[in-house]
Amino acid sequence: MGGDPLGPVAGSAEATGVIAPGHTFSSVTDKISSIVLTRRTPLGWYLGFGAAFALTLLLLVSVTYLVFKGIGIWGNNIPVGWAFEITNFVWWIGIGHAGTLISAILLLLKQTWRTSINRFAEAMTLFAVACAGLFPAIHTGRPWLDYWLLPYPNTMGVWPQFKSPLMWDVFAVSTYATVSLLFWFIGLIPDLATLRDRSQSRTGRMIYGMLAMGWRGSARHWHRYETAYLLLAGLATPLVVSVHTVVSFDFAIAILPGWHTTIFPPYFVAGAIYSGFAMVLTLAIPIRTVYGLEDFITLRHLQNMAKVMLVTGLIVAYGYMSEAFISWYSADKFERFVLFNRVTGPYWWAYAALILCNVAAPQVLWFRRVRTSPLALFVVSLIINTGMWLERFIIIVTSLQRDFLPSSWGVYKPTFWDWSTYIGTIGLFLALLFLFLRFLPMISIFEMRAILPGAKVDEDLGAT
Amino acid sequence: MAPSTVSHGIYGLMAEFDDPSSLVAAAHKTRQQGYRCMDAYSPFPIEELQEAIGAHDTRLPLIVLIGGIAGGLGGYLLQYWASAMAYPINVGGKPFHSWPAFIPITFECTILVAALSAVLGMLALNGLPQPYHPVFNVPRFALASRNRFFLCIEARDPQFRLEDTRRFLETLNPREVTTVAD
Repeated sequence: MGGDPLGPVAGSAEATGVIAPGHTFSSVTDKISSIVLTRRTPLGWYLGFGAAFALTLLLLVSVTYLVFKGIGIWGNNIPVGWAFEITNFVWWIGIGHAGTLISAILLLLKQTWRTSINRFAEAMTLFAVACAGLFPAIHTGRPWLDYWLLPYPNTMGVWPQFKSPLMWDVFAVSTYATVSLLFWFIGLIPDLATLRDRSQSRTGRMIYGMLAMGWRGSARHWHRYETAYLLLAGLATPLVVSVHTVVSFDFAIAILPGWHTTIFPPYFVAGAIYSGFAMVLTLAIPIRTVYGLEDFITLRHLQNMAKVMLVTGLIVAYGYMSEAFISWYSADKFERFVLFNRVTGPYWWAYAALILCNVAAPQVLWFRRVRTSPLALFVVSLIINTGMWLERFIIIVTSLQRDFLPSSWGVYKPTFWDWSTYIGTIGLFLALLFLFLRFLPMISIFEMRAILPGAKVDEDLGAT
Repeated sequence: MAPSTVSHGIYGLMAEFDDPSSLVAAAHKTRQQGYRCMDAYSPFPIEELQEAIGAHDTRLPLIVLIGGIAGGLGGYLLQYWASAMAYPINVGGKPFHSWPAFIPITFECTILVAALSAVLGMLALNGLPQPYHPVFNVPRFALASRNRFFLCIEARDPQFRLEDTRRFLETLNPREVTTVAD
């Protein structure tokens, strides 16, 4: 590479395969903005949005029935007081982590390949966090009193219990949702200005214009904008690590065998990134095909994400091994029993499926042929998504199901409403994503311009 | 001011360029010529351009630092006040002021307020939202968010003389020089 004088400059975005060669400022702008502004909405969009919206309605029905009847409609009951709801909460919030990782950590590490996937990964984060937050909120049983979780002066004279990890969760998740929203919106401002300037309709100009807040691309503004963006990335990086750490504290702080372990924070964070990248691939692969964005979301991106999944998958596998080792090494019979019960108890099939999905299946990513095949990656990403859901299910249910006292053992079985609420949130997530794809630029246009070879300033030109 | 009466109703003069290098070069020359009240507009951030027009602002990191410290202190004091003073509850004999248990929320509050200060501070320093700005009076300025690069010398600059400044801008090889109505 780089030997051919007419070929791409070594080290540039084109040379490293982050963007297909031959694009200019205008072609990048027009291609991405046309999806929102001028191109006909594909029939698939209507079908997809319709299906997702139908599932969202299922969620509404489920939640309405829940509020009407109470949480007895779900299968969880003592001893399994936490089941699908918390599993889904942890699963969704974990998925969100890839968005922040791509937009913040890869920005600080100056990885230019993040540019074409960060916008929709951030949108994915927001929607995943929205789905996640719903579960604890409705699990309280009386969701209309959820504001009691917030510290505010009240006539009852009570305050939240700050020594409880559940309170930490409230702060961690709401901070995460707020910062993700800010990061996403700040990133959108210059692109909203592009849409405002290119929109043909008066309504479009009005709405995008209001959202762009009068952005005009002034050099003074860009200067502060970049400072703010970098600072936000710096703040979001420790935040994203803290969020899943705090989520893992919900379990690790408890004394229940199988929960009370110090490996949880790092292993939860790695698992979150693992499942998040799997979800980014699950979404990116169909999107790039349907919207013809292979020039921008190249095989290089898919390969890199596959590599991140491989690494985080190995960390997760290490977590499983460490859990098993410590339960034996602890010489604690309850700890040993939890492992034994996971592998051979009533949920053995879930544990076997977990190892298959999360440890065995991703090993195919060692092969370049798999990493460069979108179809194979799509299948692997679906398997990992399933595996990560099973992981949370096993951690939560098998630990609760058989604890210290055999007389209080029980078995958990999900009901129709458990499933409908879970599937309903998948619908909500996809419906929000379809709306995002239709009305906002799914790839950051201004950052794509900045990685083009033409964006490099030739200072010698000024000397003459 | 005398010059403003000469160019009444005019915000400035705007030159349009094709690529970032020409804009940076033009901005350098304009500054060498002694102009100070100017701004450059580009479809993506250009580091060299900020230096060329002399835009340097270090207030934002300070605002974020202050926001972060205030958030952290506020978060901690809130927990201390609620747990040790307003509503002390004995949980397993733990002290009311259990500082290690207060760290996660202190951390989250630090990040939250710092992030809000970064965003609101950036918008405030940039004067956004701003519903009207004269540069939008130039029809071709819509391309500043696509593929064109603009330099605007503002009429409030003491050196600004409509004809002289226009002649100067023409020497920078722009595509076009336009008068920006106020």
